[in-house]
Amino acid sequence: MPGEVTSLKTPAEQFNEGALIRRVRDGERELFYELIRPYERRVYAAALAIVRNQADAEDVAQEAVLKALKHIGQFRGEAKFSTWLIQITVNEAHMRRRREHVGVMQPMLDHQDEEGNYTPRDFADWREVPSETLERKEVREKLAEALASLGEKYREVFVLRDMEHLSIEDTAKTLGISTASVKTRLLRARLMLRDLLAPGLGGSWSTKLSFAKGTKPW
Amino acid sequence: MVVNCEEVWREISNYLDEEVAPDLRAAIEQHIQGCQRCAAVLDGTRNVIRLYGDERMLEVPLGFSHRLQRKVEENIAGRRRGFLGWMVAAAAAVLIAATVEVSRSSVSNHRALRSEHARPGTGVPPDMMVVVSTNGKTFHAAGCPFIHDKAHLRTIAAREAEKEGYTPCIRCLKKYLTA
Repeated sequence: MPGEVTSLKTPAEQFNEGALIRRVRDGERELFYELIRPYERRVYAAALAIVRNQADAEDVAQEAVLKALKHIGQFRGEAKFSTWLIQITVNEAHMRRRREHVGVMQPMLDHQDEEGNYTPRDFADWREVPSETLERKEVREKLAEALASLGEKYREVFVLRDMEHLSIEDTAKTLGISTASVKTRLLRARLMLRDLLAPGLGGSWSTKLSFAKGTKPW
Repeated sequence: MVVNCEEVWREISNYLDEEVAPDLRAAIEQHIQGCQRCAAVLDGTRNVIRLYGDERMLEVPLGFSHRLQRKVEENIAGRRRGFLGWMVAAAAAVLIAATVEVSRSSVSNHRALRSEHARPGTGVPPDMMVVVSTNGKTFHAAGCPFIHDKAHLRTIAAREAEKEGYTPCIRCLKKYLTA
């Protein structure tokens, strides 16, 4: 599917990964960290999308990785290893959320009607924002804040699809929802983020100049 | 096919994922060419996808990798210790079972000796009558000068003496002791 990053690995890397998985399964457990290292940041991001608190996300990431180590013998290669790992992480994060009953603190955006049409609020013309903008910590922080303000069901779909680069089908499978729901939630998440970020990204953010002292980037 | 702004917004995500049919795609593109607002929404959404999809957005707390690696290594070491512990426990169980078996076989042969220092005899004629004292540990040939506690002597077959755990006297029955 164009526009979708199906794999971030070259065929040689995939081959090496397959060999590494076999060796770990055959008992060379000390190679396991090497196997998951390329995905550790994605594991953390998936956990954070659901639990939202950094300390909890790290706990969940660690538990998920240990669970993957424990059950590596069950990985049969039907899915990509990275997807399998992310699925374990999402399950672990959901379990943590249920245990802690954090649902009562859901932000208002979570209760928006999923079926209704979403009308964009901001129609400012954006220029293409250069990727170098992400070198600036305050920009990354603003993006992270905007993402954290979304309701969980939008945030998790967006993170899996647009940050973890899972396919629509894998996102649906991982979250246990239909592909139609993935598409609907993804549309809303993207448009909501656009509205939240448009004042900054549509304006001064896209320049390389620093913001004037004391002014907000928004 | 002609589409309005609301239809464009509804399909904008699918459009960017190339999940719309060719005729709808063409209609959206035609609409956007003449609609600044929808063009702004499209560009903005494309920016959102591109920026969040960047590897730099996958930030982890300081020391995260190190802590995760340590956790994994500890877990592996723990499993090894657990496995070793299991092996030791298994070996101990085997040893205990073997000991019990040996002692049971000793009991079955009635070879539990009265003295831990004594050596059992070999080839003592089972029917040979020997003398034992109730509180002693050895059996003797009649008349042996090394019989203790002469007040409580019994004369029994060597077979019986051995069953009761007596061992041959190292003086009078020396020839029956193992080297």
